[in-house]
Amino acid sequence: MNNDQIINDLKEIITPYTDHKEALETLTENTDLLIDLKINSANLVDIILDIEEKFGIEIDNDSMTKMINVKETIAVIKEKLAANAG
Amino acid sequence: MDRRVVITGLGVVSPNGINVADFTHAIKNGISGIRHDQELKDLNFSCQIVGEPQIPEGYLLNYFTPLELRNLKSSGIEYGVIAGLDAWKDAGLELPTEDEPDWDSGTIFGTGTSGVDKFRIGIDIIDNGQVRKLGSGTVVQTMASGVSAFLGGKLGLGNMVTTNSSACSTGTEAVILAYERIKNGQAERMLAGSTSDKGPYIWGGFDAMRVCTYKHNEEPEKGSRPMSASASGFVPSVGAGALVLESLDSALKRGAKIYAEILGGNINSGGQRGLGSMTAPNPVAVQRCITEAMKSAGIKPEEIDTINGHLTATSKDSLEIENWAKALNRYGNDFPYINTVKSMIGHSLSGTGSIECVASVLQIDQDFIFPNINCEDLHPEIEELIDKSRIPTTLINKKISTLAKANFGFGDVNACIIFKKYNNE
Repeated sequence: MNNDQIINDLKEIITPYTDHKEALETLTENTDLLIDLKINSANLVDIILDIEEKFGIEIDNDSMTKMINVKETIAVIKEKLAANAG
Repeated sequence: MDRRVVITGLGVVSPNGINVADFTHAIKNGISGIRHDQELKDLNFSCQIVGEPQIPEGYLLNYFTPLELRNLKSSGIEYGVIAGLDAWKDAGLELPTEDEPDWDSGTIFGTGTSGVDKFRIGIDIIDNGQVRKLGSGTVVQTMASGVSAFLGGKLGLGNMVTTNSSACSTGTEAVILAYERIKNGQAERMLAGSTSDKGPYIWGGFDAMRVCTYKHNEEPEKGSRPMSASASGFVPSVGAGALVLESLDSALKRGAKIYAEILGGNINSGGQRGLGSMTAPNPVAVQRCITEAMKSAGIKPEEIDTINGHLTATSKDSLEIENWAKALNRYGNDFPYINTVKSMIGHSLSGTGSIECVASVLQIDQDFIFPNINCEDLHPEIEELIDKSRIPTTLINKKISTLAKANFGFGDVNACIIFKKYNNE
């Protein structure tokens, strides 16, 4: 799964959590979930749960704390997918 | 100096009408909202009839964002937010857009529990060792103040935002507390109301206490029979009511419609002493609550045109009538009219007081006294105290000036409020 595919899935997952549709449309690896998308920090845990379900992975607490921007989120997803595959 | 307080907005979510217009039509025409409940039957409840608001598919999207609706499993919050936002809109108040909170407006919105169904889902998840999968909604939906927190956010309220809880007197207590806050100059506007969760986990405890009727499972609309000789317990129900209270100055400045004025009220407890207990009202305290409410309002007993009672359709109805008669020292034909919407919607527990306050204010605003249904066979103990004509069984179109409304709850707690038609003097 490449970065573009993951970004597309992320956009879909994040859609209900942000009112900033423009920032969502132009989402890149550098987008910050809290600053750019103004996502309520309490909802980050819901987004993590949605990601787990979508990708069939489990994300531990340490990885979770890193997932505040798209780049780190993609890295965590790839790492967990690779661990599953292994 | 004490300020005058008026009501400028109403909202209601009742088993016989989920907005003020439908509810008004229903209570005027004696339309019952009690229905058979298959789930309760399947669960072996003695009482298998309930009053539950009929919320159409998609209706909640008018009040909640799609994100809020994801995993929303708190019926009490749903009813409370619908009633609260409807009341705010009815008062002609705008939803805020700026960053600044509305420092002059707050809410006291009561409930007995919150998010029981959400809590149950959470219990299963936690017991399976999956606490991390609870998501972010569990706390805000199961905290008692969830309903006032949702309303406070949606309305940008910057004054007191809290939830009171006093069993079946919760709703009327909320209105009195909000009234006092405005009267004392601590707020200009308060959204006062109450709500309740629905379902077997709420109603089960009452069913187990054998205080709900089990004799009308095949004829739901006949089941709730306050003041009737054949009353055999209350019908469990659910819903929410909401009232916008406002200082008279603020209401006049805005040119708002004024439904009624609040003259005064009283909240007390019988201390579970004397004849009072956890579940039975101390008559001395009930009578004192009514007397003190009249004193606070500056009115005499003979000024009361009509009473909106608690009257749940248990064996305590006769005692309640006796308490009113003694407190007012009015008997027979001299007793005010008395009615209760519980005959049509059952007993919506913590939601009941505010729904009944809405019904009371509607009677004052629209000059009517709604009928008691299922009271063709008045209880003989009641008929000994007051004349049958004082318990209307058909709609009376009549101007009401002063109305007394009370509720009494488990814990031996009481609340009585006095509403009056507003006149500019």
